Amino acid sequence: MSARLAAVPAHGTVAMKGGTVVDSAGSRRADVLVGDGRVIAVDPAGVEGDRTLDASGCVVAPGLVDLHVHLRQPGREDAETVETGARGAALGGFTAMIAMPNTDPPIDCAAVVREVQDLSAGTCCDVYPSAAITVGRRGTDLVPMAELVRLGVRIFTDDGAGVQDAQVMRRALEYAAGLDHLTGGRRVVLAQHCEVDELAAGGSMHEGEWSSRLGLGGQPSEAEELMVMRDIALSRLTGSRVHFQHLSTAGSVAMVRAAKEAGLPVTAEAAPHHFTLTDACCADYDTVFKVHPPLRTGADVDAIRAGLVDGTIDAIATDHAPHTSADKERPFDAAPPGMLGLETALALALTELELPIERVLALMAWQPAAVAGIDDRHGRPIAPDEPANLCVIDPGVTWTVSGAAMASPSRNTPYEGRELRGRVRHTLLASEPVVIDGEPQR
Amino acid sequence: MPTDAARRHLLSIEDLDRLDLERVLDLTDSFAEVSQRRIPRVPALRGKTVVWLFYEDSTRTRLSFEAAAKQLSADTVNFSVGSSSVNKGESVRDTVQTIGAMGIDAIVVRHSCAGVPHRVAEWIDASVINAGDGRHEHPTQALLDLYTARTRLGSLDGARVAIVGDIRHSRVARSDVLAFTAMGAEVTLVAPGPLLPSSLEGWPVAVTHDFDSVLGDIDICYLLRMQLEREAGASVPSLREFRAEYGLDSARADRLGADTLIMHPGPMNRGVEIDGDVADRPNAVITEQVANGVAVRMAVLFLLLGSGMDLAEGERVMAA
Repeated sequence: MSARLAAVPAHGTVAMKGGTVVDSAGSRRADVLVGDGRVIAVDPAGVEGDRTLDASGCVVAPGLVDLHVHLRQPGREDAETVETGARGAALGGFTAMIAMPNTDPPIDCAAVVREVQDLSAGTCCDVYPSAAITVGRRGTDLVPMAELVRLGVRIFTDDGAGVQDAQVMRRALEYAAGLDHLTGGRRVVLAQHCEVDELAAGGSMHEGEWSSRLGLGGQPSEAEELMVMRDIALSRLTGSRVHFQHLSTAGSVAMVRAAKEAGLPVTAEAAPHHFTLTDACCADYDTVFKVHPPLRTGADVDAIRAGLVDGTIDAIATDHAPHTSADKERPFDAAPPGMLGLETALALALTELELPIERVLALMAWQPAAVAGIDDRHGRPIAPDEPANLCVIDPGVTWTVSGAAMASPSRNTPYEGRELRGRVRHTLLASEPVVIDGEPQR
Repeated sequence: MPTDAARRHLLSIEDLDRLDLERVLDLTDSFAEVSQRRIPRVPALRGKTVVWLFYEDSTRTRLSFEAAAKQLSADTVNFSVGSSSVNKGESVRDTVQTIGAMGIDAIVVRHSCAGVPHRVAEWIDASVINAGDGRHEHPTQALLDLYTARTRLGSLDGARVAIVGDIRHSRVARSDVLAFTAMGAEVTLVAPGPLLPSSLEGWPVAVTHDFDSVLGDIDICYLLRMQLEREAGASVPSLREFRAEYGLDSARADRLGADTLIMHPGPMNRGVEIDGDVADRPNAVITEQVANGVAVRMAVLFLLLGSGMDLAEGERVMAA
């Protein structure tokens, strides 16, 4: 052990003491020593390091992985930047996140991929840009997928919209399936925002009792379900992997469950707001509750929870979508959809889901890492020589959500004032503490 | 009115119960008398300032509110959206707070998006009156409809009301369903599927697609304007077919009871939802609705702005 310590470079080692280690291998009482980007020791008898972080009463876990984040840069730096988004992510326990491509300009070419990669250097979180499936997210012409895969892109999505043309989506799936040789065998993922434009057009909330009462245009569940159905069929046709983003309806969950039982290579994510909030939240026309896909009914919330419990849904992804107050103060029809999510996701999962923390971490760390193909660096077991991307969670502490206290320049959290249980105490990125005692270090 | 917010604002008929509605209707009776005076003006709201903030074109509703405010001696200011800072990109909130800073007493808001008056009420101290928000509600229209119907029929308890046509896109329909049912009437919606709301869960109404089946059994036949500007035209095969199935033509009008009221919120598409001469029959009360609109809006303004005064005090003011 002392030989290992001698090899540690100048910025020193960090010892996390008094916690319970929880990873894909299970849970056990142990202290954890990290340095030089790696785990050095995991020892129930205790470790000593140059710096000590108190983990007593806490869970020491792999850093969380968010498959779905809007960082708004380039284009809307007043709402969020890569830097502020990464800070919020670290505060939420994330050490990796997939940046969605609906920026301005969109991430649909090498130059913008490189820009986002450059912006993420030195921030609090590993940022992996996804890229659009089609140029300009217009749904017609494929982006240069091989070129972008060579730059490191692993997930393609037109998120914010679904690829409407089935033939375009089929070609994208067929093409992506032939890119494995560029990725060391890891599958490139096509992720779909499932929404049929013709049915969703003109809608600004879930179509149902509440939209009829409030006089707001509705988006029926079927607008999502038709595309889930189509893409399951296209996955069968092409043999390619499809990842379903932010499932929101009971019907979608049932179809994905059946597709998995049939052995199709599909995966799915769900957002915290879809297992905690319903369309009734829109009753006061508060646009903080406007989101795509929209908040659905209580029965849909129950179905999403069931999908998380039984493994139909592989990952909790935030769909973190910052918007300025000025934008959110527009009329409900015109206000942009989206909510902050990075700093509340873990606490919502711990507070609202009746799952042991091991299962919550599976949904938020190693399973999403596998979906994104970044499971060589994130979501790893906590063992010597593994990458030291970690978070330390105090599962028992209660705290009150405040948008103003978040790292984002935006404040559009739908949970303002809500008391939640469980909070991240420390986050370590490549063994460096980026959050200590809830305070960002970068 | 049940809540403080409902007492201060008129945002939705949903906020009002039967007693509240009757209070407005009873007060309207007094103001209807004022309208008929040689000099139709009382000093009830002297010194009060009412602002019109219409993001959506309106001639009829705005004129009616304007007449009501003038007869109550209120000062009125029109915030003309078309030629103002709104055109320079100012947000609704900034506009409203600017207006609020000028010390006004009430703001009458119309907007093409549902819920804007609710949001405005959070951003300003003045009373907010919803003059129509998207497809959501048009509360003063429902109040004048109730008043017109009650005046003709005596009571609305058990009255059978058919609301016909483009219900999905209609804010009038939403307010009228709430208002008529609160007063004890039985409401039937008559429309083709695409012109009904996508969900009627919680709506205390019956539904039929067969207009002819209800003609002989109703006390009020309320025809809605086909909202051609809100894509209603694309919801039916053609206007010709809509008229054939859901239009009140002379043959259908002949099958209504002699005392069955024919109502329409205006402006009419003559030859679509209502045939030209039907609108001029003696049992058509469409111009009465317009006339009553002024008195109803006087009652609303008075109830919201003459705060602290109960009805009896109000009548003393009017007598002065």
